[in-house]
Amino acid sequence: MDLAKSTFWGYKRENGRVGVRNHVLILPVDDLSNAAAEAVANNIKGTIAIPHPYGRLQFGADLDLHFRTLIGTGCNPNVAAVVVICIEDGWAKKVADGIKATGKPVAYFGIEQHGDHDTIMRASKAAKEYVQWASELRREERPLKDLWVSTKCGESDTTSGCGANPTVGNAFDKLYPHKVTLAFGETTELTGGEHLVAARCRTDEVRKKFQFMFDRYQAIIDKHKTSDLSDSQPTKGNIAGGLTTIEEKALGNIQKIGRKCMIDGVLDKHEEPTGPGLWFIDSSSAAAEMVTLCAAAGYTVHFFPTGQGNVIGNPILPVIKLCANPRTVRTMSEHVDVDVSGLLRKEMNPDQAGDALLECMFRTANGRLTAAEALGHREFVLTRLYESA
Amino acid sequence: MIHFVVHEEGDGVGVVVVEGVKKGQELVGWIMEDDKELKITARSDIPIGHKLALKDYKPGDTVIKYGVDIGKIVAPIARGEHTHVHNLKTKRW
Repeated sequence: MDLAKSTFWGYKRENGRVGVRNHVLILPVDDLSNAAAEAVANNIKGTIAIPHPYGRLQFGADLDLHFRTLIGTGCNPNVAAVVVICIEDGWAKKVADGIKATGKPVAYFGIEQHGDHDTIMRASKAAKEYVQWASELRREERPLKDLWVSTKCGESDTTSGCGANPTVGNAFDKLYPHKVTLAFGETTELTGGEHLVAARCRTDEVRKKFQFMFDRYQAIIDKHKTSDLSDSQPTKGNIAGGLTTIEEKALGNIQKIGRKCMIDGVLDKHEEPTGPGLWFIDSSSAAAEMVTLCAAAGYTVHFFPTGQGNVIGNPILPVIKLCANPRTVRTMSEHVDVDVSGLLRKEMNPDQAGDALLECMFRTANGRLTAAEALGHREFVLTRLYESA
Repeated sequence: MIHFVVHEEGDGVGVVVVEGVKKGQELVGWIMEDDKELKITARSDIPIGHKLALKDYKPGDTVIKYGVDIGKIVAPIARGEHTHVHNLKTKRW
């Protein structure tokens, strides 16, 4: 595959970023606004609401992360326009202003002093204008470097480490020299292989920042752990799939960053990359939390290797699933975009598997729906840092 | 036909990649990094995705996979036996 001349067809946004989807988002700031947001999305076809359970009485860093994740989601170039709904005007405006910095159309509505009926009516009128406007936007041919690709694996098993994850690694190694912006994360899921990740950091400064994030997360685990993380890490599904220890899981996980690409920077949970290269995002290893953070950081396509068959999707970020476990490919075929089980039968080599994933990436970027999109998987899960006030 | 794969030479466990491996079955393994084959007799029924020991282990031994430490042995294992949470534990957490 000659990536030097490869292009894809995307939507160029007002701020120069390029999206591969054209969503009009109905964004609730808090749990109380979910009903109105879903009503608007039901009224206006072609819009999408992303309900979630948070946004009230959060404070400090946790509140900041909440706002930044919502604003980042709205700013993502896969989103054409946004309607923000909040219980009151102040925070609705705050989120809308954050998104408005991209130059895309944003409207905001507060429910208090209006009620749901009036809010839904006014927000629906704005949403209708946006969706008709967005439907006339056209894709244009863009260079590969305009694509931002993130990865996270889920319900991994031992086949992930020897098949699906090395396939992502092969694809990352091929994308990296072409100035694509790449990301991985899953901080606790590097436990046992953190030295290998540290060794791949481009500079001592990056390495120091990575180690800080890693140690910070380990301190949380140490503070709250029972024994062996109570079947949480590895998960019940991981163990059923044959993974025994966190070290084994981590070493399989790390296959996703390939063998050549270097880690150019480290991001906290609400930060955006500032240039091309491979970025580490400090994050939970829970699939929907991590993918939600990738979408909020501006990534536009996601590689999701699975072993036992995680079915996750995201409302705005197309999630491409690949699997090397022949049983999962057989029993859960509707969820698998790229079957790399041939790797374990020596019928496919890592180079061919990586190319198959890249081919699916281009088709997805050009508009083909992923399995998760077609099946309606829209898991949007906000990361919380601590209790509400 | 390949029944199990091994990441690299020196690893102490392999991963079963076919369904229905039975105790007593002759298995063919593929060492992926080195593209070599090895043969071993299964001493347990082993589900797809689960590991088998490539050597004898005693409690306290370290298990190597991907060329790296993945945990410690907590119950004796014979070559060809199922290796999982009942006899291998993390050294972390």
